[in-house]
Amino acid sequence: MNASREIVRYTAPTRINHWLVAIGFVLAALSGLALFHPALFWLSHLFGGGPWTRILHPFIGLFMFIVFVLLALKVGRDNRMQAADWTWLRHARDVVANREQDLPEVGRYNAGQKLLYFLIVLCLLVLLLSGLVIWRAYFSLYFSIGLVRLASVLHAIAATVLVCAIIVHIYAAIWVKGSLRAMTRGTVTPGWAWKHHRAWFREVARGAAKPRT
Amino acid sequence: MTLQSLDIVRRSATTTPSPRARGAHTGEVAKLIDVSKCIGCKACQVACMEWNDLRDEIGTCSGHYDNPADLSAQSWTLMRFTEYENPDSGHLEWLIRKDGCMHCAHPGCLEACPSPGAIVKYANGIVDFHEEHCIGCGYCITGCPFNIPRISRKDGKAYKCTLCSDRVAVGLEPACVKTCPTGAIVFGSKDDMKQHAAERIEDLKSRGFANAGLYDPAGVGGTHVMYVLHHADQPQLYANLPAQPKIGAMVGLWKGAAKPVALLAMAATILAGFLHYIGIGPNETDERDEEAARRELEKPS
Repeated sequence: MNASREIVRYTAPTRINHWLVAIGFVLAALSGLALFHPALFWLSHLFGGGPWTRILHPFIGLFMFIVFVLLALKVGRDNRMQAADWTWLRHARDVVANREQDLPEVGRYNAGQKLLYFLIVLCLLVLLLSGLVIWRAYFSLYFSIGLVRLASVLHAIAATVLVCAIIVHIYAAIWVKGSLRAMTRGTVTPGWAWKHHRAWFREVARGAAKPRT
Repeated sequence: MTLQSLDIVRRSATTTPSPRARGAHTGEVAKLIDVSKCIGCKACQVACMEWNDLRDEIGTCSGHYDNPADLSAQSWTLMRFTEYENPDSGHLEWLIRKDGCMHCAHPGCLEACPSPGAIVKYANGIVDFHEEHCIGCGYCITGCPFNIPRISRKDGKAYKCTLCSDRVAVGLEPACVKTCPTGAIVFGSKDDMKQHAAERIEDLKSRGFANAGLYDPAGVGGTHVMYVLHHADQPQLYANLPAQPKIGAMVGLWKGAAKPVALLAMAATILAGFLHYIGIGPNETDERDEEAARRELEKPS
């Protein structure tokens, strides 16, 4: 395979942005789990103890939210659901079984990636808003105890959904070989693009799709 | 307060037993506050400051008798004054309730606390904060049905009435009890306090307070600070003392089902991925895909 024929999937700024979000997520998840479940309180040692974990967690969360917004704006346009996406979703069994030949052609992102995108956007919005309400040092005093209690539950639920969604996201990168290098080196092979994102491959082949992100 | 007390029956964020060789063989303790005997002198507030070496900031007059205006990390007890016009008798009643930690048998603060050992419950019923383990998250505030704990601006730790656990541990009564000039606050075993309350209630009923009664709310398993109220049928008259306090449903969900369910969901997701990889395997791009892509790229467009 000639290196020059590799297809650019993510430019360097997008890759850096993605990995900033990833670092933010890992730190927020580890510190959040320490505060969520006593069985995981030992994770607070990674952050310098309980009080430091409590101090840092909301700032890490804010950092993740901000860098995620930048990334979401970049990739948002390619994540709009289209008619073919619903057909793709009806073939979920084929997707899981690696039978891609029966699926409609996929653009830059498949329907699974798009749903994950919207799920992450939703989770992060809930996490941000509920997180501000339960941020005792600065904001909790402005809210009623009933609202703080509700926000505590919502924060835990949204975090759980987000962690599960990211586990799926990470597994998908392990499962579909050749994906990871799109986010590390920035490129994919033409065969990868042809197989998994054929409509996007054809756009690129026509020269219609310059790497925007 | 940290004392090697060896009588800890519950410890926050801890599942294994805590040191509890010592028991409370003479029974659990309780403080009984007879609201009908209180004259609002605030000596209890002063005694609390004195024994615990607390000095709150001097505030401003908020237009009512409550001074300071609210509980704080430096004010662990507070007289709350309510002027109540009794619609039945037409009398103006001055209801004065000494507010502070109720030392619940099922403490919402301890339930909510994520830091191992920051909140403990002793065999004698006292619920105590161990501030050196406190991380300052404020979950105790979220969990408390009585809105009692306060976070200090100075050190970011949560504080509340200790029921003078340090005094009680060496056989003394709490400072507020010792100082109360009218005997409105008494301290002893919970059984004795209930008995004393029953006598007081009988006396109040004979004086026309038909609804006099004991406030020892069952929703939190009973409390180790109890009130004798002239209007026990309407505790909310006393500066919004909750009629049926209990650990909130949201707190129960957050600190109950949510914890195991969330960890299970995460573990199940990881397991599902692992089994998928073992059972079905990776989705690989092979030479045929590259060939097909090459043909399409070389196709004249």
